[in-house]
Amino acid sequence: MLTDLYIPGDSLLHRARPAWKLAILFLYCTALFVVTHPVVLTLGLLLVALGYGAAGLSPRDAFTAIRPALFVLVIIFAAQLWLAGLSMAVYVTLRLMALLLAAALVTYTTRASEFTEGIMALLSRAPAWVPKDKIALAMSLVWRFIPLIRAQFDEVREAQRARGLERNMLALLVPLVVRTLKTADEVAEAITARSLD
Amino acid sequence: MSMHFDRVSVTKGTREILSEITLELTESRIGVIGNNGSGKSTFLRLFNGLEKPTSGMVRFSDTEDDLRRHVGFMFQNPDNQIVYPLVEEDLAFGLKSRKLPKAEVAARIERVLSDLSLTHLKGRLTHQLSGGEKQMVALAGVLVTEPEMIVFDEPTTLLDLRNKMQFMRVLATLPQPAVVVSHDLDLLAGFDRVLHIAEGGIYADGPPEEVIPAYRKLCEDLGGC
Repeated sequence: MLTDLYIPGDSLLHRARPAWKLAILFLYCTALFVVTHPVVLTLGLLLVALGYGAAGLSPRDAFTAIRPALFVLVIIFAAQLWLAGLSMAVYVTLRLMALLLAAALVTYTTRASEFTEGIMALLSRAPAWVPKDKIALAMSLVWRFIPLIRAQFDEVREAQRARGLERNMLALLVPLVVRTLKTADEVAEAITARSLD
Repeated sequence: MSMHFDRVSVTKGTREILSEITLELTESRIGVIGNNGSGKSTFLRLFNGLEKPTSGMVRFSDTEDDLRRHVGFMFQNPDNQIVYPLVEEDLAFGLKSRKLPKAEVAARIERVLSDLSLTHLKGRLTHQLSGGEKQMVALAGVLVTEPEMIVFDEPTTLLDLRNKMQFMRVLATLPQPAVVVSHDLDLLAGFDRVLHIAEGGIYADGPPEEVIPAYRKLCEDLGGC
């Protein structure tokens, strides 16, 4: 779901209310998990493919959505193949792909600000002590900062590669975590500076 | 419009960052220079209320309002200032807490983007913008709130020459008074007033043609000001 960001467009899916999209996504995922039947999975995959077509998204966008999870998908496929056989391995892997693609379809067609409004709508009946604004803003920040943290990771990896440490997890993670925490402080300050609350 | 500092001190732990600063700032363009760690960023943060004085008072004109209502703040790194993934959404963010009607928000965004010749960026993803574009979008995010004064924390540090010159052109056209902290002394050359901050106090205060050469000479003579 968090692999990539909004892709501007004017399709029916782009215009649909975020709360509805999240609700349908929830039902879709539940149905695929609860009803374990190849026909349901085939229908699910067809539905998500139709969704991509209707939203004007390309197969490349679909691949971009599952690319970060490919490694995990391969591991799951191999584990299922070993434990339960080929047909179950194909079934489980395709089901996970369908879920990832459906979730990505929602992020591709929904602006962060719409998500904020959708989350605010979902939380509208929550008790007063629930910080609705802050929860919605935090969710929006996730969308904004995935590419930023990814770019920071690339920079750290380049720097460590120059020092011959690209395979050293500690050398990659420590600077990334430090930079991310520093960024978080600065962003919090910027939000304070830009708001009146 | 003016900013008043009345015997302002800021202390963190046992360290006094700023000590008994009293100033009245009425000029249109004010530069702030000084070494790293001299207290100039803390000084700048007082303008917007990001930093509260330990003692003394900071006041905008004659109001007792929250400083943030009057003073916009531009951070050094626009990546940390831009909050939303889309340019249009990010510009709207600063207006949310002001509870403006949607039409007014849209009109302000259009006007600021048009003023800065950034209309073509309206629907763009912020993380795909160039460094110079991000800086201008961050500035648009400040301008859209219609501040009466803007403070800039080292605004050209991350810019290449072309973007720096573009930024300088835009800065020159802003109607609001601007206070700019910068190590880029060329940027401050045409300003009305420059403050040199050192060891938590105002070391020099005057026109740039006096303060900047003295600062340069100090740096050359002492090898580190």
